Amino acid sequence: MKLDRRKFLNMLLGIGGIGGIVSIIYPIVSFLNPPKSAEPKVNSLKAGLNSDFPENTSKILKFGRKPVILIKTGKDQYKALSASCTHLDCIVQYKQDTKQIWCACHNGLYDLNGRNVSGPPPKPLEEYDVKLIKEEIVVTKLG
Amino acid sequence: MKKISNKLINWIDERYDLTPVRNLLQHKKVPMHRHSVWYYMGGVTLFLFMVQLFTGILLLLYYRPGEDSAFESVRFIVTEVKFGWLIRNVHSWSANLLVFFAFIHMFSVFFSKAYEKPRELTWVTGFIILVFTLAFGFSGYLLPWNELAFFATKVGTDIVGVLPLVGEPLKVLLRGGEDVTGATLSRFFGIHVAILPAIFSFFLALHLIFIQRQGMHEPEKFKNLPEEKKKYIPFFPDFALKDLLLWVVVFNILIFLALYFPWELGNKADAFAPAPKGIRPEWYFMFMFQSLKFLPPHLWFIEGELFGVIAFGLIGLVWMLIPYIKIKNRQNWKYQPLTILGVVAVVFIFIMTILGYIL
Repeated sequence: MKLDRRKFLNMLLGIGGIGGIVSIIYPIVSFLNPPKSAEPKVNSLKAGLNSDFPENTSKILKFGRKPVILIKTGKDQYKALSASCTHLDCIVQYKQDTKQIWCACHNGLYDLNGRNVSGPPPKPLEEYDVKLIKEEIVVTKLG
Repeated sequence: MKKISNKLINWIDERYDLTPVRNLLQHKKVPMHRHSVWYYMGGVTLFLFMVQLFTGILLLLYYRPGEDSAFESVRFIVTEVKFGWLIRNVHSWSANLLVFFAFIHMFSVFFSKAYEKPRELTWVTGFIILVFTLAFGFSGYLLPWNELAFFATKVGTDIVGVLPLVGEPLKVLLRGGEDVTGATLSRFFGIHVAILPAIFSFFLALHLIFIQRQGMHEPEKFKNLPEEKKKYIPFFPDFALKDLLLWVVVFNILIFLALYFPWELGNKADAFAPAPKGIRPEWYFMFMFQSLKFLPPHLWFIEGELFGVIAFGLIGLVWMLIPYIKIKNRQNWKYQPLTILGVVAVVFIFIMTILGYIL
């Protein structure tokens, strides 16, 4: 009888203890997990005037919080692709000599359609739509 | 003077009984043989850690974490603060030497088989300390908030993300959000100056206590010598003074490097600029970085990166548990399998590191 009482109390103590520990750990883990900041919803972006953009050059646009690379491939011809390398998230750059997109981090190469051609990138770069509206370049998210 | 110090010691002795300390100082001895030089490597590593602690605290007085202040405050330290450049250079160089000597210390222990019974836990705690040392290096690298550090951190934390299930949440936890931002910097700062020092000190204390309790390891050959042929020197003061002399030498090398090869600050990180050419991690991550580069995007059914991360993780785990791995040593084998494994590891690290710099 005495032993059972002790067992019972130990069990209560154990459950209480576990509850206590959980009630300490849970807030700490939640605290460490960063709150989701409201992502500014951007669906299209004006990227300057067509006449100000030299051919065979590129620039990185701030598409919300994501970088997008805009390349002028020919007269009035544009390509816009996500600038985050699909390999390990570095920001890619346009190679003027070979007309390819290159990531300096691990030598990943993409063609102008964003297809991963060589190196470690596992996926192509996401494509964005580019339109010229009265000389103004407008980049729009597809889909 | 001597009288006063004697009095002081007696005063303490009377209250706290210093016998264990006295015993340790009087009886600890260090075996002398052909490979005695390796006994000094751990001490040098410890010395460099103390330099890190000291210069780190000094830098803390001026450094301000934050996207708009970190780079500026480091620039302020190296341009405006008197001897700020020296303190920062010493901190950076000492960090690199520390990792270097830690590796030498580890491999010397490995090849002399000093991890064997009864020193298994000294090896395990040592390995844990090494992992935390690398974490120190990784987190500290970001703090100046320059281009190279920014992309190295992007890559380094993105690699964590390839792990199945836990990868993505772990990445967000490390970065303090989806991307590497000022939030990441705050986190890394906290990790570098508070969390790591606390954990590190605990394991370092264990490591040192284990060594003091068990004394220096004697290699097989030395142990088999007849008693009269075994040569020892007392730890105190003989070995301690030699240790001190080497520390002075290393200190001079450190100051020389800090003076003549200053650490560049580079350009401030820009989250919307292409990764610069020649981006690379610190040299001690180079062999892993280079190995990942060689992996194809897909290996069988898993991603190349994931394969690499899992492989390095497993190798690390096996390496930590080396003292518990028993392989029968056959008489007719000229070299022991574990020794061969160690040589392969050294050669692999060496070649991959060099390839990382020339390719």
